[in-house]
Amino acid sequence: MVMHAHAYPDIEIPTPSQIAAVALNNEPDENGEQSMVLSMGPQHPSTHGVLRLAVELNGENVVQLAPDVGFLHTGIEKTIETKTYTKSIVLTDRMDYLAPMSNNMVYVAAIEKLMQQDVPERAQTLRVLLLELTRINSHLVWLGTHALDLAAMSVFFYAMREREYILDIFEMLTGARMMTSYFRVGGLAWDIPADFIPTVEDFLTHFLPKVDEYEDLLTNNLLWKQRTKGVGVVNAADAIALGLSGANLRASGVDWDLRKTMPYSGYETYQFDVPVGQAGDIYDRYRCRVQEMRESVKIARQAIERVKQMHGQPYVTENRKVAPPPKSEITYSMESLIHHFKLWTEGFRPPRGSAYAAIESPRGEIGCYVVSDGTPKPWRVHFRAPSFINLQALPHIAKGKLMADLVALIASIDPVLGEVDR
Amino acid sequence: MGLEEKAGDLGIVTTTLEGVVNWGRTKAMWPMLFGLACCAIEMMAGQASNYDMSRFGLELMRASPRQADLMIVAGRVSRKMAPVLRRLYDQMPEPKWVVAMGDCASCGGVYNNYAIVQGVDEIVPVDVYVAGCPPRPEALIDGILQLHEKIKRDKITDHADGKPIRIEQAERGALKPLG
Repeated sequence: MVMHAHAYPDIEIPTPSQIAAVALNNEPDENGEQSMVLSMGPQHPSTHGVLRLAVELNGENVVQLAPDVGFLHTGIEKTIETKTYTKSIVLTDRMDYLAPMSNNMVYVAAIEKLMQQDVPERAQTLRVLLLELTRINSHLVWLGTHALDLAAMSVFFYAMREREYILDIFEMLTGARMMTSYFRVGGLAWDIPADFIPTVEDFLTHFLPKVDEYEDLLTNNLLWKQRTKGVGVVNAADAIALGLSGANLRASGVDWDLRKTMPYSGYETYQFDVPVGQAGDIYDRYRCRVQEMRESVKIARQAIERVKQMHGQPYVTENRKVAPPPKSEITYSMESLIHHFKLWTEGFRPPRGSAYAAIESPRGEIGCYVVSDGTPKPWRVHFRAPSFINLQALPHIAKGKLMADLVALIASIDPVLGEVDR
Repeated sequence: MGLEEKAGDLGIVTTTLEGVVNWGRTKAMWPMLFGLACCAIEMMAGQASNYDMSRFGLELMRASPRQADLMIVAGRVSRKMAPVLRRLYDQMPEPKWVVAMGDCASCGGVYNNYAIVQGVDEIVPVDVYVAGCPPRPEALIDGILQLHEKIKRDKITDHADGKPIRIEQAERGALKPLG
């Protein structure tokens, strides 16, 4: 990890209104050339959602651009303030809808940190397993849509085919394909079904050769390389200065993965490598993410072995002030009935104070800052959304590049607009 | 009846103009390539290998509203997005249909707050509502098949002064765009 002080470059990011002003006072220069202002989005097939880009073009070259976000602003952070801690888990799913488990995880991790609540080892291991499945799931959608944007149609169908397998696993576990809401403060919502582990093992065996199949289609594909190699380069210093995280940062040669550098949920005990790129271009981001899928399989396999050893251990904490007692206990224990009643009518009360937890989501460092005033509802919850911070690097990276490369660039940054706008 | 009896061997079928127009409209709908939030990912899954909506004629997702006749509102509509969505709808040529996919598009879903339009039917007329958060691709396909059934019942006489009913409604102010 590069930890020495950088002279941070001056990176200017225009606002959409500044670019709109260009359109208003658009005088031709001495050669008679005039720039054009183009509004790309919010309805555009390649903006990966409802992103609008105000782009100033000189011929085919991007003079400057500004992302205009907020078309999917949902008020999730504000809505969380009106709900109890447990009820808000449902809302966190719907921010980064490609990686719902990561959002659940960071939110409950922040509350656990605030309450100093321990999580049973089996729950932690299952969390790791599910987080890695989520990472594969999210990267598959990224790969499919990225290739689709560069006119490689088949990859999309290949990637979505394997993704359905993961969604089936999630459905078996939680009843929902995408919006799982499976994590709870202190552990998980319920225990895994009996055939869960064999199904995941089947999937991992089936999936690993498929990654080679995707690579066969793209990695040495001349067209793919021409569109991605040397395009959208960010050097390491700029990547750090812009606050990039995830594969966008690692592709620039910075070895920074929160699973290694600030481990959570027992990641320090797993054997895996963090793929790091060199060039910082679109191609390296692609290589990093594809390799990450293989590493995720590696981690998931280790987690499965551990879960098998831990058969019968609890999936959620036995602290009845936080997690509800099992139904069987309620029928004979008065205290359990009271705990159940209190949890369901009121929720638990974390102590006054605040906590920040961060995890490595498929898109980078997702953080959650929770402020509690001692009541059952949070006083404030803020999310450090990696998509939002990665996206604000776009004007810097795209400056002076071709318009056609912009499409590839947006896809390679992998923003999810639900998380950008929240 | 009489005609078919006489022309039976020639492979001729008689039908109404309405019937054949509606049949044509259901068999090759062009949805607009337009996703908003989580539901858009399920819509993509519906287009992809396992569900393959092109079996029902939705082969081509058009990125331009001018070439589309079906708007699938897939996801939550924010106050900032609402005027854009309405403009996209207005740009689509008649005849056009709207499917509100998911709870947010149907009624605001879990977001009863300042940011989200409480159902897309506040800004555009909706033909079919698909429940779910998000609905499974099967649910979306079912919604589209329901829409097909609805289109098959369309009458040419369902028009006021030569204009389709919905435009007439909009002009009367029955459908008010936001702000």
